[in-house]
Amino acid sequence: MQLTDFFTDYTLRTITLGTAILGAICGMLGTFAVLRKQSLLGDAISHAALPGIALAFLITGIKDANVILIGALISGLVGTFWIKGIVKRTRLKSDTALGLILSLFFGFGMLLLTFIQKMPNANQAGLDKYLFGQAATLVEEDVWIMAVVTGVSLLVLLLFWKELKLLLFDADYTKTLGFNTRFLDILITTFIVLAIVLGLQTVGVVLMSAMLLAPAAAARQWTNSLGVMVILASIFGAFSGVFGTAISAGQNNLSTGPVIVLVAAAFVIVSFVFSPGRGLLFREIRFRRNRRELHLKKTLTFMYNIAKNHENVSHPHAIRILNNFQGFTRKTLTKLEEKQFIQIQGSAWAMTEKGYIEAESIFNQIGKDND
Amino acid sequence: MTNAQIEIQVIAALVAVACALPGTFLVLRKMAMISDAISHAILPGIVLGFFITQDLNSPLLILLAALTGVVTVMLVEFIQKTGLVKEDTAIGLVFPALFSIGVIMIAKNANDVHLDIDAVLLGELAFAPFDRLLISGTDMGPKSLWVIGTILLISVVLLFLFFKELKLSTFDKGLATTLGFSPVILHYGLMTVSSVAIVGAFDAVGAVLVVALIIAPAATAYLLTDDLKRMLLLSCLFGVISAIAGYWMANILNASIAGSMTTVLGILFLSAYLFSPKQGVLSGFFRERQQRVEVSLLIFLLHLQNHTEEAERHVNHLREHINWQKVRAKTVLELAAKNNLIHTAKDIVSLTDKGQEFTDEALKYITTNKATAIEELKERFFLFRG
Repeated sequence: MQLTDFFTDYTLRTITLGTAILGAICGMLGTFAVLRKQSLLGDAISHAALPGIALAFLITGIKDANVILIGALISGLVGTFWIKGIVKRTRLKSDTALGLILSLFFGFGMLLLTFIQKMPNANQAGLDKYLFGQAATLVEEDVWIMAVVTGVSLLVLLLFWKELKLLLFDADYTKTLGFNTRFLDILITTFIVLAIVLGLQTVGVVLMSAMLLAPAAAARQWTNSLGVMVILASIFGAFSGVFGTAISAGQNNLSTGPVIVLVAAAFVIVSFVFSPGRGLLFREIRFRRNRRELHLKKTLTFMYNIAKNHENVSHPHAIRILNNFQGFTRKTLTKLEEKQFIQIQGSAWAMTEKGYIEAESIFNQIGKDND
Repeated sequence: MTNAQIEIQVIAALVAVACALPGTFLVLRKMAMISDAISHAILPGIVLGFFITQDLNSPLLILLAALTGVVTVMLVEFIQKTGLVKEDTAIGLVFPALFSIGVIMIAKNANDVHLDIDAVLLGELAFAPFDRLLISGTDMGPKSLWVIGTILLISVVLLFLFFKELKLSTFDKGLATTLGFSPVILHYGLMTVSSVAIVGAFDAVGAVLVVALIIAPAATAYLLTDDLKRMLLLSCLFGVISAIAGYWMANILNASIAGSMTTVLGILFLSAYLFSPKQGVLSGFFRERQQRVEVSLLIFLLHLQNHTEEAERHVNHLREHINWQKVRAKTVLELAAKNNLIHTAKDIVSLTDKGQEFTDEALKYITTNKATAIEELKERFFLFRG
C-alpha cells in the first residue's frame, strides 16, 4: 500500500475521509460530554442504539443505512432520556442508571439480532457489523451525511457558543440569566447522540464511547480554553480516524473500531505524559526541582544558624558538622558554591557575605510565615 | 425437559446469583459502572489465558482474567488520582482500550474456533452442557457448572464471613474506617470477588450482558426494599427468574439465551420502575398529587382561620381569593368536609372545632418548623387522605 493510494484509490479515499470526519465530530462533541461529566453517557447511548438498529430492520425489512441510522437515533434518545428519568425519579444513582440502560438495551438488541439471524430472510447478513464497525462498508453517501451533520453541529455550536459555554461551567448562573437550560441540555445531548449513531457503522456499538472520550480527554491536557480544546479534540479525533483506518486497511482480519480506539488511546497516553502544563512527566520534573530548591534553602538556613554565632560570618566550619542535618548532599553544597553563597576549602565551608544576606532574608521570611 | 436443558438452566441460575451478590454492593456503593469496565477489560486476560491453557474453563485462565480485572480497577484509580481527567472519564478511557487489545488478539488468531467475537459478546450458554468434566472416566456433569458453582460457593462464604464489615463500609465508610476495618482491603476484596464472578459469567453470557446480570437484579431490588439482607435475597431471586424465564423465551424465539435473560431482567426492572410501592414512578405521581391537594387544604384552612367576617368565607369568594380553579377548589372543599374540618351553612364556610385545633397545630408547626411532625399530624386528624 502506497501513501498516494489514500488520494487516488476511490474506496480508500472515501473511507479515510469518512473516518476523519467522524473523528472530528466526535472530538468536537466529546469535549462537551467530557466537561459535563457525561463521559459514560456515550457508552450507554451507543449500546442503547442496538435495539433501534435491529427494530428498524425488522419493521422495514430493508437494510438501508439511513433507515437503520434513524432507528438507532430514536432508540439512543429513548435510552438517554430514560437514564435521566431513572436518576430523577428513583433513588438509583447515575452510574446504576447508565449501566442498566446500557446492558438492558444491548441485551434486548442482541436478542433481536439473533432472532433476525435465524429468520429465513437471507437479506439480514451484515447487521452485526454494527457491533465492531467496518469502515470498509462506508460509501460516498455515508460520508456526505457525516459531513452534513458535522456542518450542522458546528453551526449550532457556533450559534449557541456563549450559552453552551456558560452552561458547562456554571449551570445555575445560566439559569438565573434567563437562558432555557433545559433546551440547551436537550440540544447538546441530541447532538452527542447523533454523533454516536453516525459512528456506529465505522467504530461499532461496543467501542464508540472511546471515540467520543479519548480525543477530548487528550485535548484537555493541552489547554484550558474551551475553543482551543474543541479544535484540538477535533484534530486528534480526525488523526485517530485516519491512522486507525490506514493501519487496519493494511492488515487482514482487523476491524477498524478497535484499531481506531487504540490509536486514540495512544494520543491520550502521550498527552497524559508529555503535556507541558498538566502532564505527568513535567509535573514530576517540577516536583523534583521544587524539592531540590527547598533542600538548598534548608541547608543555607542551617548554615546561617551556625554562622550567625560567630563574629566573622565567613569563619570556616567543617563539613562534618552538617552531617547530623538531613537536607544536605554533596550536590547541594556544589550548587551553593556555584551561586557563591559559600566557599569550600578542603573539608571546610565558609559563608560568604552574599550567602549571609540571602540566608538572613530566607530566615526572616520563615519567621514571618510562622507568625 | 431433557437433561441438557435442565443443566443449562441450572448454570444460568448459578451465574445470575453469583453476579447478583457482588452486584448488590456495587450498586449500593455507586460503583456500578466499574463492572462494565471490568467485564470489558478482562478480555485480553481471557485471550492470553486461552492461548496458554486452550481451555475456557481452566482455573488458571479464570485467575489470570480476574487479575486483569483487578489491574483494571487499579489503573482506573491511578488515572483518577493524577487528576488529569474526571473519574468517569478514567473508566471510559481504560476499558475500551483493553477491550480493543483483546479483540485484535482474537482477530489475529481467527483460526481458533473456540474463541470468536460472537462468543465474547454473547457467551455460549447453549453449548455449556457439551463440555463435560470427566474424573477417571466418570461423567461429573458440565465443567462450567463446577466452575460457576465453586465461584458462587466462595463468594457466599465470603459474604457470610464479612457481611457486617461490608454492610458497615458500604453505608458509613467513615465509621468503618474509625472502627479499624481497612476500607482498602474491603474495596479490593469486593473488586476481586466481582472480577471472579464476571469472569465466571463471561463464558456463559458474554462481556456486555454480564453488566446486566450484575446491575439489573440489584437495581430492581433496591427499588423494592430498604433492607440489605432482603435486597440480597430479592436480587438473587430476580437473577434466578431471569435465568429460567430467559431460557424458555430464547427457546421459543430461537434466539440467544443471554439476550433473553437480559430482556427478562429489563421487564422486571421496568415493572419495578413503574409500580414499586415506594420508589415507583406511578406511586411517586400519586404521592405528589396527594401532597399538592393537602397543601392546598392547609392553605385553605389557614385562610378560614384568618378571616372571621362572613364575606371572606363565602364559597364563591374563596374561589376568587385563593385563585383556584373550580375543580381543585371542589376537591379541597370536599376533602375538608369529609375530614370534619369545616362545615358549610348557606354557602358560608367555617372551621369546626377539630378544624380549628388542626389549623392551630399546623400553624405552630409551620412557624416554628422544629417538629417534623406534619405527616404525623395529618395521620392524627385525617380520616381520608387527598
